[in-house]
Amino acid sequence: MNEIVAREQIAPETWRYLVRAPEIAARRRAGQFVVLRVYEKGERFPLTVVSSDPAEGTIELIFQAVGTSTRMLAAMCPGDEIMDLAGPLGRPTHIERFGVCVVIGGGYGMAPVIPIAQAQRDAGNTLIGIDGARSREHVILEDRLRAICDRVEVCTDDGSYGHHGFVTDVLREMIEAGERIDYVLAIGPTPMMRAVAELTRPHGIHTVVSLNPIMVDGTGMCGGCRVEVAGETKFACIDGPEFDGHLVDFESLMRRQRMYSEMEGEARRMFEPHSTPLCACQEDRDGE
Amino acid sequence: MVSEVKAGRQPMPEQPPDERIHNFDEVPLGYTPEQAFAEARRCLQCKRPHCVEGCPVKVKIPQFVALIAEGRFEEAARKIKETNAFPGICGRLCPQEGQCELTCVLGRRDEPVAIGRLERFVADWERARGDIQHPDPRPPTGHSVGVIGSGPGGLAAAADLAMWGHKVTVYELFHAAGGVLRYGIPRFRLPREVLDAELEYLESLGVELRLNFVVGRTATIDDLLEEHGAVFVATGAGLPRFLDVPGENLLGVYSANEFLTRVNLMRADRFPEYHTPVHCGDDVIVVGGGNVAMDAARTAVRLGARKVTVLYRRTRAEMPARDEEIVHAEEEGVRFEFLAAPLEMLGDDEGWLRVMRCERMELGAPDETGRRRPVPIEGSEFELPCDTAIVAIGSRAHPLVPDTTPDLEVSRRGYIAIDETGATSKPGVFAGGDIVTGAATVIEAMGAGRRAAESIHRYLTGQEPPNGTPPPGVR
Repeated sequence: MNEIVAREQIAPETWRYLVRAPEIAARRRAGQFVVLRVYEKGERFPLTVVSSDPAEGTIELIFQAVGTSTRMLAAMCPGDEIMDLAGPLGRPTHIERFGVCVVIGGGYGMAPVIPIAQAQRDAGNTLIGIDGARSREHVILEDRLRAICDRVEVCTDDGSYGHHGFVTDVLREMIEAGERIDYVLAIGPTPMMRAVAELTRPHGIHTVVSLNPIMVDGTGMCGGCRVEVAGETKFACIDGPEFDGHLVDFESLMRRQRMYSEMEGEARRMFEPHSTPLCACQEDRDGE
Repeated sequence: MVSEVKAGRQPMPEQPPDERIHNFDEVPLGYTPEQAFAEARRCLQCKRPHCVEGCPVKVKIPQFVALIAEGRFEEAARKIKETNAFPGICGRLCPQEGQCELTCVLGRRDEPVAIGRLERFVADWERARGDIQHPDPRPPTGHSVGVIGSGPGGLAAAADLAMWGHKVTVYELFHAAGGVLRYGIPRFRLPREVLDAELEYLESLGVELRLNFVVGRTATIDDLLEEHGAVFVATGAGLPRFLDVPGENLLGVYSANEFLTRVNLMRADRFPEYHTPVHCGDDVIVVGGGNVAMDAARTAVRLGARKVTVLYRRTRAEMPARDEEIVHAEEEGVRFEFLAAPLEMLGDDEGWLRVMRCERMELGAPDETGRRRPVPIEGSEFELPCDTAIVAIGSRAHPLVPDTTPDLEVSRRGYIAIDETGATSKPGVFAGGDIVTGAATVIEAMGAGRRAAESIHRYLTGQEPPNGTPPPGVR
């Protein structure tokens, strides 16, 4: 069950896994996620399903190894089994022929953009991609995005690759140049999604964001992932994860995402990489 | 005999409050064999026992009590399991004072026989012996049943159906089985070794538990009906209800479900060894008056909160919690603020809860539940400082199955509609427990599971169920 069949590092601290999960692979749709628990003492945490291969029975997961649980996941090897994997969860993306869709990924937020971009493309939309990252080495999935989109703009915060600037700078130029935009999808760090929503709001451009609050069960039972949308409390796990970016209270979301930051720091210190068991296939990482 | 009747009910030994607030071990320690003897001998062995009428699953109470009185504990265990596969759970969690013990004849002039404690004693005795007996299920019928949800309703249905020879698969969305018994009920009320042992017993009857399986997402009811002749939906009322007051999304405000799940299922009490954190501040307010509120308050005490206050809008007399739970909470230092309800939660600059603004209530005319309705007193607002709030005011239907099964009839509040046999509007699909009735007790869900099991047996075989008759041969 849940065997890791392939493992690849695609950027600093960023990993791409193929995991055997035939039931999820057969059923998952764009925008859905899985909840994982790496081992007995681990947390339950959500990851978007980037793609699936129903014939092979595998799903593709991309994650950044920044917290205790994701670092433990990164320490696993092909052949290892993820202890628990449940899904596909969340509402699938609303797919419609909008016209021109701009799909924006910030950092590893590009990973959840890919399946949605593909589905919007398949629905007959024209796609423009914006792939933003801190620097050249952090740009991920550019080739995949290019294969889906009619046009792709890459930007980096430090200017080491593509445009020098943020994804919002690229989007602003497009809007100011009078380009037709019917739909914007933005996924990445919460401040980035908020900035995109603020940019499109005055222009009335339909803007969808995919939220990543703290979750436990992922099926509506705890309410930990609650977010305020248009003044109403919603559960990201069953009402989302995608919402109208113009209606989300990002301030409250960002606060709630930081709820355990102190405790997480404590846990992280206890599980430094050297204390995480690495198997032989990872010894080549020691030199990094 | 008369003198023995007058001997009085055996008291339950308990962990003293000043010790137990520092651990998650069980509070009532259980009868010794001597106590169990003495208590069992109090039973009058009524010819027409009222206690059985009070039991939702019709445990053969006088018979198993008589066997205890004779020291035949193993046979007593077998006798209970003819009708109830989960004596360790039921002996602890059933509100016996409102069921079997309420109707015990002894209770008219004296205290009733401690039926629940005796049931628990037998289960614990058998588990401690390490050799749990179980009857052989009847020969395979060739029918297969899918049970959705491994909470009390699902487990009870699965046990009966398996005993009658059906192939049963239980689907559970969490990574561990038990439903509310796993994520909701704290260890100090239901030790996990008791739950695990009774789940193992269920598996020994041939029941397959499929974990991490989210029906409605991983597969739909229609998918399951391709594999199973019938499906029993026992998904519970697992969605938390919030107060709908301003400030409820501040940091430090939890649903009781989340707070308890973090501790019970994810072991946040052992953070960081277990990596799931929980925030339990010094000054905790629990809103609500049911068993879940008591569980949350007593869990907060054990996590080291300095002050835990239960805020309830009626008085102690109307609290839905079991008296035993209220008394335990009081002994553990939990304070009660009756006739009060939250109006607003106020936070600091960083968004952490700091104050709960409340108002006083008074009791007005009785509402549809027969309890007097709380009415706000004008101008009675007051503030309570706090840094953690746990909202335990009830729950809602789990929507995943109804939402993904278009031809399943539901009430306007999302609960599944059934007829008197437990059948839903969709052929082959039965439902029971909290997903039908709204939040109720563990044993009521078990009763519903058993009634549905009977209907499913009739639906699949066209025959009456073997009705608890002990099958031949005991392994």
